[in-house]
Amino acid sequence: MAVQVTTTSRRSLRADLPVYGKLAGIALLWWAAYSVLLPVSQWLTYSVLGLARGSQLGESVAFFLYDVPKILLLLAGMIFLISIVRTFFSPERTRALLGGKRQGIGNVLAAMLGIVTPFCSCSAVPLFIGFVESGIPLGVTFSFLIAAPLINEVAVIMLYGLFGWRVAALYIGTGLVIAIVAGMVIGRFHLERYVEDFVWQLQMGANGPQERLTWPERISRGSDSVKEIVGKVWPYVIIGIAVGAAIHGFVPESALANIMGKQAWWSVPAAVLLGIPLYSNAAGVIPIVGALIEKGASVGTALAFMMAVVGLSLPEMIILRRVLKPQLIGVFIGVVALAIIFTGYLFNLVL
Amino acid sequence: MVKVKVLGSGCANCQRLEASVRRVVTSQGIEAQIEKVTDYAAMMKYAILTTPGLVINEKLVAAGRVPSDKEIEGWLLGTTQLA
Repeated sequence: MAVQVTTTSRRSLRADLPVYGKLAGIALLWWAAYSVLLPVSQWLTYSVLGLARGSQLGESVAFFLYDVPKILLLLAGMIFLISIVRTFFSPERTRALLGGKRQGIGNVLAAMLGIVTPFCSCSAVPLFIGFVESGIPLGVTFSFLIAAPLINEVAVIMLYGLFGWRVAALYIGTGLVIAIVAGMVIGRFHLERYVEDFVWQLQMGANGPQERLTWPERISRGSDSVKEIVGKVWPYVIIGIAVGAAIHGFVPESALANIMGKQAWWSVPAAVLLGIPLYSNAAGVIPIVGALIEKGASVGTALAFMMAVVGLSLPEMIILRRVLKPQLIGVFIGVVALAIIFTGYLFNLVL
Repeated sequence: MVKVKVLGSGCANCQRLEASVRRVVTSQGIEAQIEKVTDYAAMMKYAILTTPGLVINEKLVAAGRVPSDKEIEGWLLGTTQLA
């Protein structure tokens, strides 16, 4: 009764050509802009503004003028592509895929699906209730809830844009392991009684809207997503890169090695404790973290800080309080924090 | 009269959806009763997984995004034709 299928009949390719044509045009413009970023930013800094190469201000400005448009272009392009992929993975489909899977396999699958399923933290509650109500084990649901905000596309894109694909891939891998392990651990404790009672008593309605989208519709969803996310995030990108650029240009090398370097063993847990209550967009935090690493902060400590900021946010905990009793929220935060701390130490040791 | 419910707990998208609905209703002169639902137990009745959600005459037509004004218009005008 609640099923709704979009009524656009199969349109001819000819009718859709304008959409594809416009898309191709935009792609070309994007590519052209991306290619000239480095030369243009250098030209602007050293010729137009007349700053000296190697000077602190020169370095900072060149960094800023290069990275801001680069990140914005990357965000626009990749969010567009990712959103189109996401039109194939509705939360309803994710839930159906996870139903009936046991712990272990379920956790792995849930964490991977958490990456591609669209998620905003205000959806955390309906998603949680919906998953739990359809019989998905608590631990598996948590693997999903941990992976989704932690491995969010803005964070991954920025890591790729600023530090290359290896760092981005490492981040995704690490995030997955944390989500899987933390979810399994939480599942082991059998904490179902710490979920608010009303959740178990709810009567869920029949299935929501099932949509079969045409390609032009997928493209328009993609561009909606870009407008929405980039529109929300661009101030943070500019501020984050500005601060990162300032650190890059003005802070002397190794200035931070003492308090954030490998020698200070307490720096990892301290970084995580500092990061948990901080609520920031990944866009704001990553450039700053990158610059800190350049100046002597060790990678593990910086990564732990970043994951704590991005993955555990106070607003999300407040929202989840509606469905989770404080004990369970405490366990959730504790397990994820420990996993992040462990990861931080590991990276400090290995890198 | 069309009964519209906006499901969401107050994040930016939920507010944007409510604003869009009100805008379309006013500009098209549609007779509609708009209700904002923030209680999760009430929301789950519509099997919603991602907020914000748009419910028209007790049917969930969109979830997890803010549909365009044109889409909202289509749904609202479509129902008044059926009535």
